[in-house]
Amino acid sequence: MISLTPRKEIPLTLTLMTPLVAIALTLVVGAAIFGILGYDPLAALYQFFIAPVSRPDQVADLFVKACPLIIIASGLVFAYRANVWNIGAEGQLILGAMAAGFVALTWPNLPGPVMMPAMIIAGMLGGLAWGMIPALLKTRFNTNEILVSLMLTYVAVLFIDWTVRGPWRDPMSFGFPLTPMYADAALISRVELPGIGRLGQLHWGVAGALIFALAAWFMLSRSILGFQVKVMGDAPRAGRFAGFSPAMVTIMVMGISGGAAGLAGMVEVSANIGQLQPDISFGYGFTAIIVAFLARLNPLAVIIAGLVVALAELGGDSAQIALAMPKVVTGVFKGILLFMLLAGETFNRYHVTFSLPHRARMQGDSDA
Amino acid sequence: MIATPRPSRNQSRSVLLNASGICKHFGDFTANDDVSFSIGEGEIHALLGENGAGKSTFVKMVYGLLQPDSGQIEWRGQPTVIRSPQHARELGIGMVFQHFSLFQALTVAENIALALPPGESLADLADRVRRMSAEYGIGVDPDARVHNLSVGQQQRVEIVRCLLQDPSLLIMDEPTSVLTPQETGQLFDVLRRFSEAGVAILFISHKLEEIRALTERATVLRRGRNVGTVDTAGQSSKQLAEMMVGDSVGDIAGQARPDGQTTALLEVASLVRPAGTAFATPLRQISFAARAGEVLGIAGIAGNGQDELMEALIGEWRGRDADVIRIDGVDITREGPSRRRQLGLGFVPEERNGHAAVPNMTLADNALLTSHSLGRVVTRGLVDADATRAMAAEVAGAFDVRLPQENPMASALSGGNLQKFVVGREISKRPRVFIVSQPTWGVDVGAALSIRTAILDLAASGSAVVMISQDLEEIFTISHRVAVLYDGALSEAMVTADVTPERLGLLMGGSAAAAGLAAEAQA
Amino acid sequence: MLEDLILTVLMTSVPLVYAATGELIVERSGVLNLGVEGMMLMGAVSAFGIAMVSGSLVLGVIAGGLAGMLTAALFGILVLGFATNQVATGLALTIFGAGLSGLLGAPLIGHAIEGLPVLRIPFLSELPTVGKLVFSHDLMAYGAVILVAAVAYFLKRTRAGLVLRAIGDNHDSAHALGYSVLGVRFMAVLFGGLMAGFGGAYLPLMLTPHWAEGMTAGRGWIALALVVFASWMPWRVLVGALIFGGITIMQLAGQARGWTIPSQFLSMLPYLATIVVLVLISRNREFSLANSPACLGRAFHAGK
Repeated sequence: MISLTPRKEIPLTLTLMTPLVAIALTLVVGAAIFGILGYDPLAALYQFFIAPVSRPDQVADLFVKACPLIIIASGLVFAYRANVWNIGAEGQLILGAMAAGFVALTWPNLPGPVMMPAMIIAGMLGGLAWGMIPALLKTRFNTNEILVSLMLTYVAVLFIDWTVRGPWRDPMSFGFPLTPMYADAALISRVELPGIGRLGQLHWGVAGALIFALAAWFMLSRSILGFQVKVMGDAPRAGRFAGFSPAMVTIMVMGISGGAAGLAGMVEVSANIGQLQPDISFGYGFTAIIVAFLARLNPLAVIIAGLVVALAELGGDSAQIALAMPKVVTGVFKGILLFMLLAGETFNRYHVTFSLPHRARMQGDSDA
Repeated sequence: MIATPRPSRNQSRSVLLNASGICKHFGDFTANDDVSFSIGEGEIHALLGENGAGKSTFVKMVYGLLQPDSGQIEWRGQPTVIRSPQHARELGIGMVFQHFSLFQALTVAENIALALPPGESLADLADRVRRMSAEYGIGVDPDARVHNLSVGQQQRVEIVRCLLQDPSLLIMDEPTSVLTPQETGQLFDVLRRFSEAGVAILFISHKLEEIRALTERATVLRRGRNVGTVDTAGQSSKQLAEMMVGDSVGDIAGQARPDGQTTALLEVASLVRPAGTAFATPLRQISFAARAGEVLGIAGIAGNGQDELMEALIGEWRGRDADVIRIDGVDITREGPSRRRQLGLGFVPEERNGHAAVPNMTLADNALLTSHSLGRVVTRGLVDADATRAMAAEVAGAFDVRLPQENPMASALSGGNLQKFVVGREISKRPRVFIVSQPTWGVDVGAALSIRTAILDLAASGSAVVMISQDLEEIFTISHRVAVLYDGALSEAMVTADVTPERLGLLMGGSAAAAGLAAEAQA
Repeated sequence: MLEDLILTVLMTSVPLVYAATGELIVERSGVLNLGVEGMMLMGAVSAFGIAMVSGSLVLGVIAGGLAGMLTAALFGILVLGFATNQVATGLALTIFGAGLSGLLGAPLIGHAIEGLPVLRIPFLSELPTVGKLVFSHDLMAYGAVILVAAVAYFLKRTRAGLVLRAIGDNHDSAHALGYSVLGVRFMAVLFGGLMAGFGGAYLPLMLTPHWAEGMTAGRGWIALALVVFASWMPWRVLVGALIFGGITIMQLAGQARGWTIPSQFLSMLPYLATIVVLVLISRNREFSLANSPACLGRAFHAGK
């Protein structure tokens, strides 16, 4: 039996230690699972967590991989802090990418200084619009945003699939489901480091992601808007008492998280792909949920958490190549990591004591 | 202090339950410290104490919900470990909870079945319920869904549920807090009949008159310790109160009556609010005015529309008609809480945790909660953290809020301290109109005294105070005028000094006509 | 042709019925387990692996159920023992289940096995049309109907079912009466896992005789939607599953007949239908108050 007694205060060291311990335990458990399944655990861990970052350009690529995760998770933090469970960031990402793609493909001759801002705004609006559906249904009809945002993700996946196979398909694509390539002005350029030149796939979107996370942190911790979000999440009745509107906060956080996801979709396509295709995201919208939790819903920590999770993603690729593991295996790490973190959160909030059940009773169930 | 039992009724009586040396700790907090208690068969015995004195903790151990850290419980002379509520029920201990433990989505019969040992069909049980209900004149329909029942009906379901278990000890945790004086009388009749049938009743209360009316003996707890067990017949209310509180009960010295007709600062005209849910009380044509310099008390039993009225006054709920609520002649009917605060209103709702304050936030953030629209602490959307911290410290200093550390979480404060903070937070803004619900609920005597003094001071400085309270003593102590809320309708406001408790009690029970007669008789 | 179509609809619905009925019990006890997809995948891969190794479909189905249950146990320990956030834990379970099933199933890709023996009822199954539609399914399809009936009976008529509903309605009161809230909820979570495992097992054993990564293709999420669609009533799960299965098949059939509506839009229908039903249910406050488990998703721990 596990019994929980609430802590009066949370020691700071515990707060800082939790993610580290969770990561360490995840490695141990992950290695054990690999061992049981007949893989060499050390080789697997090496392929997962060391091999992907053994050269500077690989480190740069880690940032590239983390870029959409950081952007999305920074937005999701607002929703989760407000107790609004947007789990449809994947769909919002797709709609953002499509909206930005619409701008890029409809007006390919826009000059760079107009194109880029227009695409950024379109991307954010696309994600925001998709996020507004669960938000408005929730505020108007009290529907469950978890289910609606999730259902809309499937709708979005099917929608982009139809779009790139149908109306937006490049006639020159030989039947492949691809739109035409974006014009140069619609692409995010690579970073040229002084003296080094390009480093891996490092692009300016990464800088944007870091700025975005910082801005999110500032807004959440210092602005009255962030205060509203936190109050509504912690004690909605006190929020109404303070004069905040639950509906407005729901709409706001769905807008922020949807817009962030849409921006991530725009950045991902413009920086890494250059055209729309059925698969533009590799579950970034879902993975970002883990990032948000790993960061304990703090946008600054999202940067580090994004890098950690991106490492697991790259590790999946590397393990696939070197050890012939299926790519989804990275989900094992992500899942365990999230389990560990959630349990760690409990250790933070409670004194946890374990005891053997003395005469385990199951009253009321005994006559079942 | 230990009184000799009344010989007439106790000679043949054997001790049913005897607890000695009971201790219970929650972390650093000692809820019960060497508590002893004894009750005989058929005895009605009160457990008396303030909120937080350890009454609930003690009976939870008797009912098997908690296990004592040390001490011993004897049941019918045998040392017994009461392992669980089910075990308690097997022994013959039943309990009616203060907050009902009924399942809203289930029927009355299903609710009762859950508390009984398995084996009986729901149809048979329903028959038994009907029979018992008829026998005691309780009036409970076994097929009704609980969420369609009134509070009083729900309590009757609880009582029937206990009785069907054929208990030899019935524990009642503040059963009258939701009842009108008249319903209380009926309940007492029922309880006396059980007592005559040999059922012992452990009656928890802090209402002294009730205890004197119903019980034979009372065991008094204070801060988790026994103060003593007394024969209630030999005690006056004042003596019992002294045992309960410790020091002699403080009184607020002569409240000044506002001289004549001062200006009405808050006017409410025909406030109507339909019931939002099946559980809510609709508000029916509520009209009143609160004048400068006075405390207007709004009395009433819980659940008669207090929450709904408070929400309408705060602006958490807003009607569509114009000119229903006005402050200084300005129509605020459709304004939200922030705008109302800007116009000089201050509010303290009944529930501290999660309504008036956010438990998991610091006091500075809790200060920000009701001042963000007032311009000083928020500029261009950004919060001035130093200013909110200073504001919280100022309130804590002025209202004697004891802080365990600098700028603590609201949850780290005791109930009384947090209440002083949320009241102080509003009063320190010197609101023109101050609306407070249950200002001293669950607060120790010292804190209650300082809160009431602060309310009177605010009124004396020319503000209007509206105080919703279920505590008649509080109403009589500090309100200048009083109106009664019953079933969503508000009576005329009367000058408190001219009203008898009896008349107020009748109004609270919905007997407006009888109350009118009482008033005539008085005149 | 039409008969075949209806048969396919019925078969498509079977895994949904299992998974959704299991989740219905979980939610009635007050727990929201978003990990159905992960549990189904674990069930699917285990069922396929064991069936292939042992050559026994029955063992396969049992293995699938147990695997789902074990996965659910992980969820139960975290959510009930450690009082973790149910939404996040459920998501983690789905991610974890998808990953682990992929890892376990890697060696199984490319293999195929036969379906469960079809239980043919003598004479009846030979009747024209009716015989084919009603009396010639696999055992698990009949099991699904029996399951729904049993769960409906359990909830409405048994004391254990009453206790389960009571705990979902008000866990504090149930605790005060001495019922083991966490114990009952853990049982419910295990049952949900078992059923999700069975539903998952149906996919590689019956629908498509091979294993593929992520082969549930969102059925776990559909099952979750179904529970809401059914407003927590077992028989409505059955109806809902048939509707959802029907839409899926309609889209395939439509493609075959060259309908002009793009297949993607038909595929969207189940998801859009769920949203519509959610709106219809949620806007009726009285209805959802009386029918949805009031404690759904709220953590319980016995404090002072």
